[in-house]
Amino acid sequence: MSQPAIKLAPPPPAKTEVSSSWRDGWRSFRKNRLAMVGLGIIVFFVLIAVLAPFIAPYDYKEQELVNRLHKPGGEHWFGTDDLGRDIFSRIIYGTRISLWVGISSVVGSIVAGTMLGIVAGYYGRWLDALISRFFDILLAFPGILLAIAIVAALGPSLQNALLAIAIVNVPVFGRLVRARVLSLREEEYIMAARAIGMKNSRILWQHILPNCLGPIIVQGTLGIATAIIEAAALGFLGMGAQPPEPEWGKMLSDSRQFIQNAPWTVIFPGLSIMLTVLGFNLIGDGLRDVLDPRMKS
Amino acid sequence: MGSTLLEIRDLRTHFVTDQGEIPAVDGMDLVIHQGEIVGVVGESGCGKSVTSLSVMRLIPQPPGKYAGGSILFKGEDLVQAKEKRMKQIRGDEISMIFQEPMTSLNPLLTIGDQIVETLRAHRSMSRKEASSQALEMLKKVGISRAETILRGYPHQLSGGMRQRVMIAIALCCEPELLIADEPTTALDVTIQAQILDLMKKLNEETGTAIMMITHDLGVVAEVCHRVVVMYAGKVVEEGTVREIFEKPRHPYTQGLIRSIPKIEEDVKRLYSIPGNVPKPGSVKEGCRFAARCEHVMDKCLHSLPELVPTTSPGHRSRCWLNTIEEVAN
Repeated sequence: MSQPAIKLAPPPPAKTEVSSSWRDGWRSFRKNRLAMVGLGIIVFFVLIAVLAPFIAPYDYKEQELVNRLHKPGGEHWFGTDDLGRDIFSRIIYGTRISLWVGISSVVGSIVAGTMLGIVAGYYGRWLDALISRFFDILLAFPGILLAIAIVAALGPSLQNALLAIAIVNVPVFGRLVRARVLSLREEEYIMAARAIGMKNSRILWQHILPNCLGPIIVQGTLGIATAIIEAAALGFLGMGAQPPEPEWGKMLSDSRQFIQNAPWTVIFPGLSIMLTVLGFNLIGDGLRDVLDPRMKS
Repeated sequence: MGSTLLEIRDLRTHFVTDQGEIPAVDGMDLVIHQGEIVGVVGESGCGKSVTSLSVMRLIPQPPGKYAGGSILFKGEDLVQAKEKRMKQIRGDEISMIFQEPMTSLNPLLTIGDQIVETLRAHRSMSRKEASSQALEMLKKVGISRAETILRGYPHQLSGGMRQRVMIAIALCCEPELLIADEPTTALDVTIQAQILDLMKKLNEETGTAIMMITHDLGVVAEVCHRVVVMYAGKVVEEGTVREIFEKPRHPYTQGLIRSIPKIEEDVKRLYSIPGNVPKPGSVKEGCRFAARCEHVMDKCLHSLPELVPTTSPGHRSRCWLNTIEEVAN
């Protein structure tokens, strides 16, 4: 009836190896070849952006009017545009703009979206209703249209384009975080944290937020890619970076009339956009595989 | 036995649903003295866990609500207490451990961090002090190589180890009452015995009273001093472990004890109490067990018996049979 009184044997030894889930993650990320290619591409572009003044053979503003629409060759590797500016140098400097726009706008969306999402998910009730409806309203407009409207209201500049892209992407992160918090709230360790008398703010910081980070990081890397495309689109429409800033989308739109005679003026900016977006997407996909428990063997 | 630590009087915890209000705990009475281990036994859905969460004030409101009664902890009514006061009490004066050790620890924090966090929520101490105290706690709950475990993550530990860690977290602020909600249900039998031994030992060493919620009478026999048997949100019988096992007075308790398999008897089929637990709130009048009781009388269907003392002191039972016997005597 009662359990046999077993003498307390020394508890079984646990595994010795101490490793964090981050290190485990890196190990399996490294095995993902495509993700590593993506990481390679992004590291490559980051290096270019950082070292731009040392790599670029010319100033991106420097015009050689005698050498307009010069073919790619020894002197100008990627040729020159209609104002005789060196496309290679402009693309190198453009890397700075695109990476800056992509990363900072996504960081902005993440900060705002995460805060709103956590509050909505954790406190619920009318706050949730209010914040969720706000997200619905933002999502009701096509992203690029909303971004154009915001830039139109604020005036065209790179700063405003960045802000517009950030705002457009807030609900993407907000809804992601809210959904995650809703499921986390029911976890037993959250109940256990409350049972040891922890304050709400502390539970949010220590328990909820760290457990939301996985999906946020995945969505973030994918979001950088989208943000770069959106920035290029706004630039193409003349609502982003202003001349003579070498923004890739702007370079495309400025050169589209020469596409037949001087295709290099559009090919190289286009390729650059494609490569960075590809890089971030590959990293994002790789991270998703690493952080999704269902993908673990 | 020490003075009264926790006194639950006529507690009613209801849940508001679309079908109306459901009384999950329906007039619960319970007394726990200092340093005592009290078992709260009953089938699933009888209100054991809701009672424990009510004491911690962790019932989500809504849909839950306190419909009456009081929970006196050292004379202070927790039902009326401010949330700020409750946060001080939780983890410091009353702690709780849960059934599922696999999910009660945050997977992203080290074991050490989770103990340190609890200590620092209640005691003003530096990280370093808290960390060395966490190490002490781990040693106290019988974890070998505590230094390594302190830096480890939950996924590296087995279920038994995690439950030890949970106990370390619950006891690190030296609470006066530990509520253990089925602490061994998710563990296998040998680990169960180890954890129960540990809880018993800690109870003797620290004097922490334990409210042991369980459906396993084996657990009760092993560690508890006193037992409270619950049925459909009410206490039907209470007494010392010896009395409950040797002279159960309520037909429900008798049924529970008869359904424990006995190693010396060779039976084909185990005894089980016929019928099912009534849905909370479905029995409006009379004894809640009447429908399943083999001694049912007319009286049982109309009026609910009181929890009355039986012949031995401290042993109380909620059954008309007791009163009839007394008259006969």
